[in-house]
Amino acid sequence: MTGDIYSAVLVAVMAAVTILLRFLPFFIFSKETPPYIAYLGKVLPTAIIGMLVIYCLRATDLTAAPFGVPELLASLTVVLMQIWKRNSVLSILAGTVVYMVIIQMLV
Amino acid sequence: MEVVKKAFYKSVPVMAGYVILGIGFGILMDNAGYGVLWSFAMALFIYAGSMQYVGISLLTGPASIITTALTTFMVNARHLFYSISMVDRYKDAGKYKPYLIFGLTDETYSLLSVDDEPELSADGGSRISADGGSGATADDLNKYRFFVTLFDHSYWVTGCVLGSLVGSFLPFSTEGIEFSMTALFIASYTEQWLKTRDHVPALTGLFGTLICLIIFGSDRFLIPAMVLITAVLTVLRSRLERNSSPDAKTAADRSAVEAPAVSEIDSGKEAVR
Repeated sequence: MTGDIYSAVLVAVMAAVTILLRFLPFFIFSKETPPYIAYLGKVLPTAIIGMLVIYCLRATDLTAAPFGVPELLASLTVVLMQIWKRNSVLSILAGTVVYMVIIQMLV
Repeated sequence: MEVVKKAFYKSVPVMAGYVILGIGFGILMDNAGYGVLWSFAMALFIYAGSMQYVGISLLTGPASIITTALTTFMVNARHLFYSISMVDRYKDAGKYKPYLIFGLTDETYSLLSVDDEPELSADGGSRISADGGSGATADDLNKYRFFVTLFDHSYWVTGCVLGSLVGSFLPFSTEGIEFSMTALFIASYTEQWLKTRDHVPALTGLFGTLICLIIFGSDRFLIPAMVLITAVLTVLRSRLERNSSPDAKTAADRSAVEAPAVSEIDSGKEAVR
């Protein structure tokens, strides 16, 4: 069962790194937060979300059918839905449904 | 128990979102060949929605240990900043502190980092206190935060387990459901855009990463993207700080950090902060 053991190792790594990230500041910064760190704290999270959007769409092939059209339409759905209702759960549901419908229609 | 009740009510907006997204994760795990125990373990020990979704690709790769560690670091790096901004607030949390820190997810952070925690007094009544509720019931406050964290965690675990169990029995094809993760981030990105005036960080993240994707290819672009984003934002620091509004913080919040509330899920309308 080497596959299972290796998977367990990966899960443990993910957990360990996540825990480390959450706990580290409490050990390092007991009081004074350096201004530079405070600044990063303001700007980095938003930028990372942008990074994650691209990460999710990284495999989209624009040169072959369906040329990224499902992703484009579904993404637009999410954006418009969010602007309209300001409710993330609704936006996620709407976009996912649109994507699933288009993808399954194309098969 | 007054404290537990208040904590529950506070956590309800998170319930729907966490359960739905958790189910999505559970279904994807099931599709990838990983059963209930795996979904349960990841929900319990990692407890990070976006990272768990990414984790499915890492597991099915399978990715190397180094790649897994680095990807986790990059995807969850923002949690560093959530924690930084809670150092002051949690410093006297005593026995609750480890779990409070462990459970600092996007959503729990956005619930607990705002100064609207109820003031819990001995007679069972409560008022919303503007200064974050310090005083004789400090232990009650920490207990309240503990239970909010605990409820949120339980919703997430429930969702992931449910999805894993239900995944094989759905009457419709779940092909394409992995887009829910993309949708999650796009929704967060859009919400952040609508809530802030300065869009430079958001644009830096999006286009900096896109550039790195083009140059380095889809297997190797995350590390350069992080470096590029940090470098650009560092260089632009003086310009960005000049343009940003002063922190509108209450007197009791001595931490100078106001990280944008990057909520993964908002089960209801966005609260006006």
